Amino acid sequence: MRILVIEDDNDVADYIVKALKEAGHNPSRADNGKDGLFLATTEEFDALVVDRMLPGPDGLTIIRTLRASGNDTPALILSALGEVNDRVKGLKAGGDDYLTKPFAASELLARLEALTRRTGKSNITAETLIAVGDLEMNLLARRVTRDGTEIDLQPREFQLLEFLMRNAGSVVTRTMLLENVWDYHFDPQTNVIDVHVSRLRQKIDKDFDTALIHTVRGAGYVLRDTPP
Amino acid sequence: MTAFPLFRSATFRLALLYMLLFGGSAAILMGFLYWATAGVLSDQIDETIQADIKGLAEQYEQRGTPGIAAVISERVRRDPGGRTVYLLTDPLRRPLVGNLSAWPTLEPDSDGWLTFDLLDRDTADGTTHIARARPFILQGGLNLLVGREVREIERIRAMVLNAVIWGTGFTLALGFAGGIAMSRSTARRIDSINQTSRQIVDGNLDRRIPTRGTNDEFDQLAANLNAMLDRNQTLLEGLRHVSDNIAHDLRTPLARLRGKLDEIDRPNLTDDDRNRIVESAIAEADGLLAIFNALLRIAQIEAGGRRENFAPMDLAEVVSDVAELYEPVALVKGITLAVRCEPTTGLTGDRDLLFQAVANLADNAIKYTPEGSNVVLHAAGTVVTVSDTGHGIPEDAKEDVFRRFHRLEESRNTPGSGLGLSLVRAVATLHGGKVQLEDNRPGLKAILSIG
Repeated sequence: MRILVIEDDNDVADYIVKALKEAGHNPSRADNGKDGLFLATTEEFDALVVDRMLPGPDGLTIIRTLRASGNDTPALILSALGEVNDRVKGLKAGGDDYLTKPFAASELLARLEALTRRTGKSNITAETLIAVGDLEMNLLARRVTRDGTEIDLQPREFQLLEFLMRNAGSVVTRTMLLENVWDYHFDPQTNVIDVHVSRLRQKIDKDFDTALIHTVRGAGYVLRDTPP
Repeated sequence: MTAFPLFRSATFRLALLYMLLFGGSAAILMGFLYWATAGVLSDQIDETIQADIKGLAEQYEQRGTPGIAAVISERVRRDPGGRTVYLLTDPLRRPLVGNLSAWPTLEPDSDGWLTFDLLDRDTADGTTHIARARPFILQGGLNLLVGREVREIERIRAMVLNAVIWGTGFTLALGFAGGIAMSRSTARRIDSINQTSRQIVDGNLDRRIPTRGTNDEFDQLAANLNAMLDRNQTLLEGLRHVSDNIAHDLRTPLARLRGKLDEIDRPNLTDDDRNRIVESAIAEADGLLAIFNALLRIAQIEAGGRRENFAPMDLAEVVSDVAELYEPVALVKGITLAVRCEPTTGLTGDRDLLFQAVANLADNAIKYTPEGSNVVLHAAGTVVTVSDTGHGIPEDAKEDVFRRFHRLEESRNTPGSGLGLSLVRAVATLHGGKVQLEDNRPGLKAILSIG
């Protein structure tokens, strides 16, 4: 993917660009708002990573300008530690996701992949059947089967599995699960998510030979039917 | 710096101003008095002279020159002291009758009045007094001069002037003294405030401004300043406490992090071992970041800066979501988590923060209750109660646990930052509510009321 990184802090920018390259992406870089906005309007990108505070127009202004001119490239906003308040402002300005510094590279990659997938498939809501290997989910009937056997899931487990299946093959972090499945933005003090995932895993993987839900150490979880 | 340190004192300047105002108004009053008294007196004299002229002119018309001469002679005879001036001359100003030997040589002023020195006929030493006279030309061309010596007016004038000067002087002195006395008492009160301030600046933080108990403006000022100082001291102590604890509580994880980074360099490590160490170092750093993040969040919430996310919300929904999220964790620990939600009144709030607050209470309840106990989440109206059947906490610690980094001795070994309840309290305060801990007999009951 071609990804534009607009970040004035050199260390952070280096870190992001390196991580993106290692993950096989093709990052471009701007260290101020003016150049960033210029690049974003003149070239095609699959996603933008925009720091909130920038010399020149700030991150929110850039995104607002792009959205006003009909540019819908998915944008992830970066902000400094503790600026909890800004998340809503960022999303209101037209940002698609929000990440607080410092962050793990895996978190950034997972979110970028989820972002591009989300906007790539615009017919996602029309989908009624998702399948990953022998695991099938019928969204209309709210039924899940694996290898033809019906699996009984609680509503929340169903949502959790749906999110994992929609992002099949990519890593989803615990924060992403909290935000997307539970729809709350907060810091869990204990590993509440892990317990939910292991519960789901019991139902999905326990009686079968191959595991679908995998833990990615230091990052989160991934659902896939074949080894990478 | 002025050369005159006295001028820098507000007391002195105030006294001076007081004196000038007071003395100035007295001087104006006295001046007016002088002007009015003297004016009335000379007006009276002038009127008398004019009436006299009129009377003599009538005499002349009725009885001719002999008549008027007789009247003038009679009047001169009746006034041996010479307080009056009469002189009748022929058209060439040669004296015919009167008590003035010659017509005065000076010209009358624009109003037709002559003012000249008149010899005192009572004494022989040549003393003169001022006299005021008015010339008048009779029908036959005769010149008539009628006047009065104005010694009395001069005397009264001098007396009044004297009174004015002394009076003004006294008033100025009194004004200055009064000004000093008045501003001294003000200055003393201000001085005591100044002294206390200086002592506080010098480090005696518990000094307070004395009050007199009169409840006047100065007492109120002192009371307000004292209240402000009290508040500052509380905040300062809280801050000191927090920074002490930050230093103390962050040292341990930082030391662990350092130890782990040290370990990576050890020879004979398998790749797996090394990976594990790196991962636990990252986890340690994440934990530290989480503590900082929580601190910043609490600070931000306490500053009231998160109200913009307020929206109408359902408290019961938040509580049942928390219960749903934590129920598996409780189950793993062998704790029964129950939730009871009564219909809650619609309220405006930040659902993410309230979720965080209720989650922190639930998390604490699950973490600090032994296996086999019960945790109940209950929502009714605008009140959320989280109760457990664990060991509870001692009565005297129920306020301390809300302080940042405060952890009870027996919980030092459980994971946690000691910030959870501080955040709950900050969230409650942001919503205009409060949180308190009560005895659940047995166990602990946390009551979070919003608004």
